[in-house]
Amino acid sequence: MGTVGAKDVPVLMSPDGLRIDGRREDEIRPIRIVAGALRQADGSAFVEWGHNKVMAAVYGPREVHPRHLQENHKAIVQCRYNMAAFSVDERKRPGLDRRSQEISKVIGEAFESVVFAEEFPRTSIDVYIEVLQANAGTRCAGLVAASVALADAGIPMVDLLPAVAVGKVAGEIVLDLKKEEDNYGEADLPMALVPQSGRLVLLQMEGHLTREELAKALDLGVQGCREVHAKMKEALRTRYAEGDGGAA
Amino acid sequence: MSDTLSAEILTSHILDLAHSGKRVDGRGPDDYRPVRIEPGFVASADGSALVHLGDTKVLAGVKLEPGKPFPDTPNAGVLTTNAELVPLSSPMFEPGPPTPTAIEVSRVVDRAIRAAETIDLTKLCITPGEKTWVCYVDLHVLDHGGNLIDAALLAGVSALAHTTQPLVRFGLGAADVPLEVDHFPIECTFVRLGDTIVVDPTVDEERAGQGRLTIATDEVGRIVAMQKGRVGAFSPDDVKELVDRAFRHGDRLRSLARGGGTGA
Repeated sequence: MGTVGAKDVPVLMSPDGLRIDGRREDEIRPIRIVAGALRQADGSAFVEWGHNKVMAAVYGPREVHPRHLQENHKAIVQCRYNMAAFSVDERKRPGLDRRSQEISKVIGEAFESVVFAEEFPRTSIDVYIEVLQANAGTRCAGLVAASVALADAGIPMVDLLPAVAVGKVAGEIVLDLKKEEDNYGEADLPMALVPQSGRLVLLQMEGHLTREELAKALDLGVQGCREVHAKMKEALRTRYAEGDGGAA
Repeated sequence: MSDTLSAEILTSHILDLAHSGKRVDGRGPDDYRPVRIEPGFVASADGSALVHLGDTKVLAGVKLEPGKPFPDTPNAGVLTTNAELVPLSSPMFEPGPPTPTAIEVSRVVDRAIRAAETIDLTKLCITPGEKTWVCYVDLHVLDHGGNLIDAALLAGVSALAHTTQPLVRFGLGAADVPLEVDHFPIECTFVRLGDTIVVDPTVDEERAGQGRLTIATDEVGRIVAMQKGRVGAFSPDDVKELVDRAFRHGDRLRSLARGGGTGA
């Protein structure tokens, strides 16, 4: 996508089916999740996913700002996904661009689909995601970090929310795109799964896919989300088994 | 308070009806509202179209002007899509900077136009690296009766299909030429109402809905964009079924748009 006039396209798939970083089509980049990485927040998590580094913090349930957004029968989830100016090759102007605002919206809606919002009427659950280093898949890494942070904050939820992107690279449907695959790939499809129900609460797509390819991508993504889910549970277990409550 | 209460009553009414496959306005779950397209509605634009989708009205205007290409795409034109949800169109909208809803409409429409390669941007290049056509697609929502995304893309692509490149105005040629449109993406939006998933939601159905899914398809059988929005969830099987429905509606709406006509 967006490859019009692009320079050298790297070899994205070797003849024996290996990707640019040596992964198979259904392999996820290494993920490290630290639950409870910050002191001030009610809940937090740090995620390293491939070359992505993302910090998430949760505050609340607390008073709603701005006040007029308050809902009488439930809590609202307000999400702010932000990229640090130094997180990408070319310095990004600080603050929320349109892409960040759209991502904030869909991630907030995804979480509002799984938290028991009716238990905290007239409050806001504020979810902050800061992308510190970006290498494709930051919205998924941010979602995973924020989901662990929500659990760390003790917010009651239907389930954790694992996420992963599936894409099409050199004609193949592959799991968890890295930057070169995202830049020169043919489709990108981030998703977030509620493991318990098997339903998707975040789903976006851009590029070209046939019906058959989409079906395959959805199945591969669900499988990937389940893998990420295991790592999220492990991170929470590590944090609370040790019980030190300290910063990472 | 009474607003909240009546909204709650309406929501439960909508969900009750949906359970038996009915809708407040008498449509079935897979019925799209009547669509009417008026190309060339605004003479001051280089291309325009007013789309009526039930009670929803979106006006798209296209303007072309010479400008600089992006440094990383020296041989390609620039395409910018922007949606304005002006307060005239709904009591829900207020003046001020674009809301997340407006940004989402713009970006989901832009994604479909771009991914479908609706216009070949390399054909907009005037002098590589220096001068190119910049194509602005501005979407003006006039009446928000629900399903803005579908109406906005339909308006945007219909406007592009009726756009002339203003060569004369900028001293770049002796006569204006039509803008070539290579592909015609159509977005189709659904909301979940309990165990039923309905197409082309009204505002009340959007409010009552438990998740919204938009699927953009083109005329050569490609899915080019998707966006799940609002609170709610869809299973992978739901998505696969909705893709089939999106292709059916897409084909029908596309032939309607190409004919520049009217239809349900």
